[in-house]
Amino acid sequence: MRKSLWGTSLEARSARAGIYFVLPAVGLLTLFMVVPVVMAFSLGFTNAKFASPNPTEFVGFDNFSEILALGVVEVDADPLDDGVAYDNLRTLTRPAAGTPYAGMQVLSENPSADGETVNFVVAGDSLFWKSLRNTLVFAGVIAPFQGGLALILALLINSKIRGRVFFRTVYFMPVVTSIVVVSILWIFFYQKDGLANELLGALVPGWTPIAFLAEPDLALPAIIFMSAWQAVGFHMIIWLAGLQTIPGELYEAAKVDGANGWQQFRAVTWPGLRTTFVFVLIIISIQAMGLFTQVNVMTQGGPLDSTTTLVFHIFREGFRKNDIGYSSAIAVVFFIIVVTISIIQRRLTREKGEVS
Amino acid sequence: MSNTTRAGLALFAASSLILAGCAPASDSASEGSSSTESAASSSAATVTMWSHAAGNEQEIATVKEAITDFNASQSDYEVVLEEFPQESYNDSITAAAASNSLPCIVDVDGPVMPNWAWAGYMQPITISSELEDSLIAGAKGYYDGQLYSAGAWDAALGIFVRQSTLDAVGARVPTVDSPWTLEEFDALLAAVDATGEYDYAIDWGNGWTGEWFPYAYSPLMQSFGGDLIDRSTFESADGVINSPESIAFGEWFGSTFANGYANPAQTGDRTEFIAGTIAIQYNGNWASLDALANVDDLLIVPSPDLGNGTKVGAASWQFGVSSSCDQVDGANQFIEFILQDKYIVAFSERIGLIPATVAAAAQVPNYAPGGPLADFVSFSSEFAVKRPETPAYLAISTIYEKAIADIINGADAKRALDAAADEIDANLADNDFYQ
Repeated sequence: MRKSLWGTSLEARSARAGIYFVLPAVGLLTLFMVVPVVMAFSLGFTNAKFASPNPTEFVGFDNFSEILALGVVEVDADPLDDGVAYDNLRTLTRPAAGTPYAGMQVLSENPSADGETVNFVVAGDSLFWKSLRNTLVFAGVIAPFQGGLALILALLINSKIRGRVFFRTVYFMPVVTSIVVVSILWIFFYQKDGLANELLGALVPGWTPIAFLAEPDLALPAIIFMSAWQAVGFHMIIWLAGLQTIPGELYEAAKVDGANGWQQFRAVTWPGLRTTFVFVLIIISIQAMGLFTQVNVMTQGGPLDSTTTLVFHIFREGFRKNDIGYSSAIAVVFFIIVVTISIIQRRLTREKGEVS
Repeated sequence: MSNTTRAGLALFAASSLILAGCAPASDSASEGSSSTESAASSSAATVTMWSHAAGNEQEIATVKEAITDFNASQSDYEVVLEEFPQESYNDSITAAAASNSLPCIVDVDGPVMPNWAWAGYMQPITISSELEDSLIAGAKGYYDGQLYSAGAWDAALGIFVRQSTLDAVGARVPTVDSPWTLEEFDALLAAVDATGEYDYAIDWGNGWTGEWFPYAYSPLMQSFGGDLIDRSTFESADGVINSPESIAFGEWFGSTFANGYANPAQTGDRTEFIAGTIAIQYNGNWASLDALANVDDLLIVPSPDLGNGTKVGAASWQFGVSSSCDQVDGANQFIEFILQDKYIVAFSERIGLIPATVAAAAQVPNYAPGGPLADFVSFSSEFAVKRPETPAYLAISTIYEKAIADIINGADAKRALDAAADEIDANLADNDFYQ
């Protein structure tokens, strides 16, 4: 190897050229991917602070056990006074309580049928679990919604209609607009007297205006809709690239065989888009798991934690509360979750005999 | 953690919206000089300075005037200014500290100063004792018994309301000596709401995020008898931020939203009071020039006394010296220079803030005795409470903001504040109590 690299033969020179070509990419990937990942892994086992005169100490798995700690506590309750159950729980979860639940936070509560007891699910970091749930809901809804919408748009644009360049530009425009700008605009759209309510008021008789981002049940769906609108153009372009790799003869042959539009889609288009489908699915999922900017600009994780996401939680712990060690540990857990999901998706979508 | 590690981390720092009692951007053109070029000789030592006021033309123009005058007044130092937008200023400082590239003179928000001093970003400043004595309390920042920062102004909050609104519901005009009581204030909100003339009775300013929450709402909690942390030791919040009084505040504050008097989805532009669709606004003196110009029968009255006396948050942006400054003398000289009455007057006249000295206040018509904003000086001198002067404040601020945001959105006040107490105590223990 060494000989062929440093020699003057043609082979050696082309090997060197190859290395020069990959060097910028490898360098940038190392700097912005490998180094941060290695740092997150190592900082996750420390109590590092962003700014502190105190020395950083190795804390083992403390951060991880706090993130992942879960417990179920049954406490006595009074059916007539819902404050009693909480007060009983509080004696157990007070940080100085000395119980296994000390310092833990309420994640959910289920009163028994007779109201005499309440089952509390408590967590070491309830925001982590809420963030995980919101992130999974976001990714789970947006992957089919946005991917499907993008495919429909791509099919429309791919047909030979007039002005398709215009439509392509229009659909792609939100993608090239800064997500911060888009988020700020949609804050106004979602206000009580905003565009969304005006439109719904015109379409639905007797519509009562809603401040979408202030409703715990509607804030996340509102962000999902807005995010899909913003990013759909990008995936439309990818679908479009996939569509254009399908040879026209196949459609001609299908027509000769008497296939209608839907049959052509089922038998020709969809199989031809298989690799594009896998790519779009995995890319959307990974992007969706990283949801941050919209939340940071539009809701700050509220109302009542209904839009907090893992990356926002990492940001809040690290940069707002200065706790880089702890937020790195969350980042490690997040990394493992994303990799696991990607591997599962890859396995499920792998073709028989294909090596991945 | 090594400095290079911190620098790497700092690269990823995103903006945290820190909003303190300070002036919003004004768009009228600046009268002042905008040149910072020095008339000093080339042998002058460079003193770098960072300002949070980029985009705030009036404020930055005054800073630039002072710099130009200072550079011309002597030949040893040349102050060079760099401007940052307020939203990303604190992150820039943290990142600069991590990469060892702090400027010499820094701008610092009053309550944040102890954290920066503790973290080793800042060193105590030296100004003449006459100047130190003449500055009002809200314009000085002490940590560990030493003066770390001094500013040209203080900010204060008050209640903006129209005389006609009070007349319509038969409410009295409160004074500094006799602010509204909790009962009177509740009755006022209910009566204003019942007129049906307004979308909401009050705009608490909850559309603003970040530092505004503890700045605006923790004094109200203190007026109930609560507080953020045990100020005798700064080692625990349990039993203070979730004391019965603090919880009573949380329940009352939440009820103003639950009753429909205030809008949980309030936006940050806060134009409704001037437009007349919200009757009462809780706002700072930086908003008063605009309100004075647009509302004929404007009254600016003290916040209500919610049981333990009216309280108003003190401390705004101030000047300090970084720990890595190699021209400490020049930096201190400049801070003394910019705190001359003529610049204090200029800041006040252009952005409406409370002048930092009594002598300067007398030269500003709005703040002179009998002036339309003179009451703010009384609010500040009679009712001012500082946010806890502890390095833990940055964490307390974030945790408190979330608790209050949850209460506004309908969370149980006791639970939200219990959670905040636990979180603050965990953070304190985690940082060795910021010793």
